[in-house]
Amino acid sequence: MAKRIEASNVTSYYGSFKAIDSISMTVEPKTITALIGPSGCGKSTFLRSINRMHEVLPGARIEGRLTIDEQNIYDPDVDVTAVRRLIGMVFQRPNPFPTMSIYENVVAGLKLNGVKKKSVLDDAAEQSLKSANLWEEVKDRLGRPGAGLSGGQQQRLCIARTIAVEPQVVLMDEPCSALDPISTLAIEDLMFKLKDRFTIIIVTHNMQQAARVSDKTGFFSIDKTGEPGRLIEYDDTQKIFSNPSQKKTEDYITGRFG
Amino acid sequence: MGDNPSRSTDATAGGSGVTGRHARPAGTGVSPSSYQEPPIGGGGAPLQRKARFSMETGFRGLSVSAGAMVLVIIVAIAVFLISKAVPALQANTANFFTDTKWFPNDAQPNFGIAAIAFGTVLSSVIALIVAVPIALGIALFLSHYAPKRLATPLGFVIDLLAAVPSVVFGLWGRDVFSQPVKDFSVWLNHYFGWIPLFGGDGPFGRSILLGSLVLAIMVLPIVTSLSREVFQQTPGMNEEAALALGATKWEMIRTAVIPYGKPGVIAAVMLGLGRALGETIALALTLGTVFTISFNLIQTGGNSIAANIANTFGEANAIGRGALIASGLVLFAITLVVNMAARAIIYRRREFRDSAA
Repeated sequence: MAKRIEASNVTSYYGSFKAIDSISMTVEPKTITALIGPSGCGKSTFLRSINRMHEVLPGARIEGRLTIDEQNIYDPDVDVTAVRRLIGMVFQRPNPFPTMSIYENVVAGLKLNGVKKKSVLDDAAEQSLKSANLWEEVKDRLGRPGAGLSGGQQQRLCIARTIAVEPQVVLMDEPCSALDPISTLAIEDLMFKLKDRFTIIIVTHNMQQAARVSDKTGFFSIDKTGEPGRLIEYDDTQKIFSNPSQKKTEDYITGRFG
Repeated sequence: MGDNPSRSTDATAGGSGVTGRHARPAGTGVSPSSYQEPPIGGGGAPLQRKARFSMETGFRGLSVSAGAMVLVIIVAIAVFLISKAVPALQANTANFFTDTKWFPNDAQPNFGIAAIAFGTVLSSVIALIVAVPIALGIALFLSHYAPKRLATPLGFVIDLLAAVPSVVFGLWGRDVFSQPVKDFSVWLNHYFGWIPLFGGDGPFGRSILLGSLVLAIMVLPIVTSLSREVFQQTPGMNEEAALALGATKWEMIRTAVIPYGKPGVIAAVMLGLGRALGETIALALTLGTVFTISFNLIQTGGNSIAANIANTFGEANAIGRGALIASGLVLFAITLVVNMAARAIIYRRREFRDSAA
């Protein structure tokens, strides 16, 4: 079910500004990969390049090659909406649709894909909310506005919405940065659970989080402002945090830089 | 309510206190000794007393009186209108609400607003049916499809259209636009004459259709410009959420933009309807001024409350003027009902809107 993501020499631009420079990495199925690094180093840009959300911004483009199980994501013949259905995304700030109820939020993606049958939608909503560890908290108020939940619940709602369409890969762009520690813990627990079904790539500023949840860690950095971000080191999380091979990585994780 | 001003006065005092506290450690020796600052915290001096008269009270009074003025003006207008209308209604020998004739200046005044109220509502509704889809299309194009360097001047042109005086639209509708509408009416009659809306044997021309189309053009810029504003305010993160779920651009607009903008669009449509209902001179110039109730859109005919007032006020006697004022009250009531209905629609899903903020 989960799929392998391969990036080779991915370079992304915003207009004439080069945001990341030749990133190459392979993400194995059913693993959690954390991307860490100082602000502005291109972690999010790289993440958004994977499901082609990067190109939503005007002037944004990408060079290099990104594949999901050998299929080129950027093939001109590939339907961009199919890519995004295959590779879901959870954003930094919880963004449930404000006009929709909890239920409508969860099934929004399914409805976009043309699922109309009430029983199918109901099942999917329950399953997704259960997978997102939110079902018990909201099962009695599915018709209430999704935006009325707490921040942590909203983020789990967004995760439920993302996994409801059954993607292969879930990208998470600092999913806990707007949440309190308890909600953060809930999301981290959830990620362990989802690892059985999905390939997860998470951008985080929280190094403890990266160390706790991920199997592999990629460290991004920039030489100075205005320079493109580079992947400095990509290895098993254990190794990155105990015995990194690059001096820069060590400086960053020990807090001497960034 | 009553403690609000005092709380903010305290806040102001507290605010200056914070500045003082911050300045002190660095600048105690530097600050001129003549500058007496009340000691804040730890100083041992009594707390500063609340000012009896301040900008707070002054501004509060100002805003309360401004609010009260609205009520005074509305009541004054209502009293004036009703006092003028009642004598005419008492002199009326026909049923004011169901009669279609309009002879208030006769020795035996007989008049009713049925026909002109019907014409007002019919022309406005048709105008909206024509204008709203086009307006929403333009608004979405400007907010989500057009490149910025095209959207800005185009938006400006739309706003310019809103600034054209209605008499200009009226004259243009009467002298220029009536011919193509007449040709179109003949065509409609020829092919769709079996639909009662487009039936009849003519003459065609100064019809409800012409008036409604002119109204539609007048309503278009208001609805467009407000809807565009609302659509532009859709949070980017909601648009991204829809796109990340695999939505196409149009699906994203349907999922995130339109639901988010719905209350605003309803408000815009109601403003447009308000303009259409109250529009006077453009309809006085383009409608056929006939006092009948008919769904036929293309035959010469049609009338509206406001157009009727403009057309007949000049030669009206005292009863006639009272009758026109009474019709104005009916127009006011119609507008009120429309506005309240719009508010009801907007407030129905308030729970969702409030939690979104």
